[in-house]
Amino acid sequence: MVNIPMSAVSIGGRDLAVRRFAASDAFFRLLTRSAAYFVLTLLGGFLLTLVFGAWLALSTFGISFFTSQSWNPNPDILKFGALAPIYGTVVTSAVAMTLALPVGLGIAVFLTELCPLRLRRVIGTAIELLAGVPSIIYGMWGLFVLAPVLQNLENNYLAPAVSEIPILSTVFAGPSYGQGILTAGIILAIMVLPFIAAVSRDVFQTVPPVLKEAAFGLGATTREVVTRVVLPYSRVGVIGGAMLALGRALGETMAVTFVIGNDPKVRASLLAPGTTISSSIANEFAEAKEAMHSSALVALGLILFVITLIVLAAARLLLLRMNKQAGA
Amino acid sequence: MEPVAVRARALPARRKSANAVFQGLCYAATALGLTALCLILGSLLYNGVGGLSLRVFTEITPGPGSQGGLLNAIVGSLIMTVLGVAVGTPIGILAGTFMAEYGRYKRITPVVRFINDILLSAPSIIIGLFVYELVVVPMGGFSALAGGAALAIIVIPVVIRTTEDMLLLVPNQLREAAASIGAPRSVIIRSVCYKAAQAGIVTGVLLAVARVSGETAPLLFTALGNLNFSLRLTSPMASLPLTINQFASSAYPEWQSLAWTGALIITAAVLLLSIVARVLVSKRSSR
Repeated sequence: MVNIPMSAVSIGGRDLAVRRFAASDAFFRLLTRSAAYFVLTLLGGFLLTLVFGAWLALSTFGISFFTSQSWNPNPDILKFGALAPIYGTVVTSAVAMTLALPVGLGIAVFLTELCPLRLRRVIGTAIELLAGVPSIIYGMWGLFVLAPVLQNLENNYLAPAVSEIPILSTVFAGPSYGQGILTAGIILAIMVLPFIAAVSRDVFQTVPPVLKEAAFGLGATTREVVTRVVLPYSRVGVIGGAMLALGRALGETMAVTFVIGNDPKVRASLLAPGTTISSSIANEFAEAKEAMHSSALVALGLILFVITLIVLAAARLLLLRMNKQAGA
Repeated sequence: MEPVAVRARALPARRKSANAVFQGLCYAATALGLTALCLILGSLLYNGVGGLSLRVFTEITPGPGSQGGLLNAIVGSLIMTVLGVAVGTPIGILAGTFMAEYGRYKRITPVVRFINDILLSAPSIIIGLFVYELVVVPMGGFSALAGGAALAIIVIPVVIRTTEDMLLLVPNQLREAAASIGAPRSVIIRSVCYKAAQAGIVTGVLLAVARVSGETAPLLFTALGNLNFSLRLTSPMASLPLTINQFASSAYPEWQSLAWTGALIITAAVLLLSIVARVLVSKRSSR
């Protein structure tokens, strides 16, 4: 139904109606265009406010902000270095991706190649729904359910088992308190798992069936079809999806804050407590009284934003390339 | 010829077993993933259902060591979600409209889409910092308005994405038919394209609501949370995720049990919203 106001036609005639339409058209166009430009300014606004807020800390500590791991909000000392949160962010995300990527790809292969058609939609939908569960739920579950179990396993089995092996004995040095880098990594892995599985499944589905059928026709096994046809064809998309997941893991706050242990130190052991950029901000920002303290936290936020910006931009570019390739 | 024959027989066996191992691993991965997710939902039900009672919805959050409900948190969540969606949806729809209609072939559109996709997965705690500097500091304190603003910034990219996708699906013949009877561009968009894309856009808004209602990080230092019942938009306000965050990390069993119940409510609400959104989409595509 098109609503053309009849009054415009009867009162002012055709010219007036056309002019009115032109005016309202221009106005609506301007409105939509400003909304679109608003999105661009939003990203710029993020960067500007973060740089503005971080200026005090960054100009005071300079390069040592990135190399020092002393984090002391005591009003008489006020020394801040971002090394421990950066280290924690990178290591928890690395643990998460190491665990989640193979499992997520396995689920995607299962969904596209092995699963009976009837189950495919059910399991696929379940996984997509679970990708939407709020992150605080994962954090809570990690704190109350997973951490005690892990503490027991790590103290009684893992740490003793590797105590004689050179490198592993350092990486898994006890004692474990249940809360630490490894627990946070595992929770993050569970969180990004549905995401990786869903994205990889979508990417696998872009492989033309003809290619797979041809390989099967030559006598290739499922494993050979997946590793030599599906993965090479969809490689760019899988990497893009994995980097999207990495972007989420890097910036994830609530799931990590509950189980990381919140101790701003760099330790070699994965069982030791640590901190991440986002959990430091979440824990301290509302209580930060000193200007220098909040500025240091905003500087952490700026670092996180720049890192995730790079990772997400790379991910999107890869996925764009993938789409172009699929369209060609 | 002997070795060749042997190889021909030996190779399939090895390939077969390698394939079996590979398939087994894929099954195991799926089993592992589903188990982890079932464990989470299971313990949520196990720990949360016991605390579900009328009191949860009629009483406000208790002080440490006493009984109470989550009324103020639920109301706060609703208010800030409505605020965020009410502000974010129009901006999102307008921007999506520009990208799909007026600016479809403009060079700026892919740039906006790229930036929007990045905003879509930007860390939500950064949005909290942004709103803190932009709203909380000038206003001189934490407020529900700041919380709503933070949520609006999360809503915008979700709505933009679905609006653009859905408008691009509207057949051009519809636009041409409307244009042929003399409708100007803005009327075509509002009366024809929006109608055709309605179900999809509503789905996008629902997904945005689902996303926003579970967000904690951007509210930590914008809305701050509040143990009392408050409807004032200019003072700190409670929200379900914030209360869960505070209660779960406390040492009081009453608070922890309320946190589980709150977690159950919010998860159920989010899953329900996503399912409704999905049904809307599948109805539309089957029509």
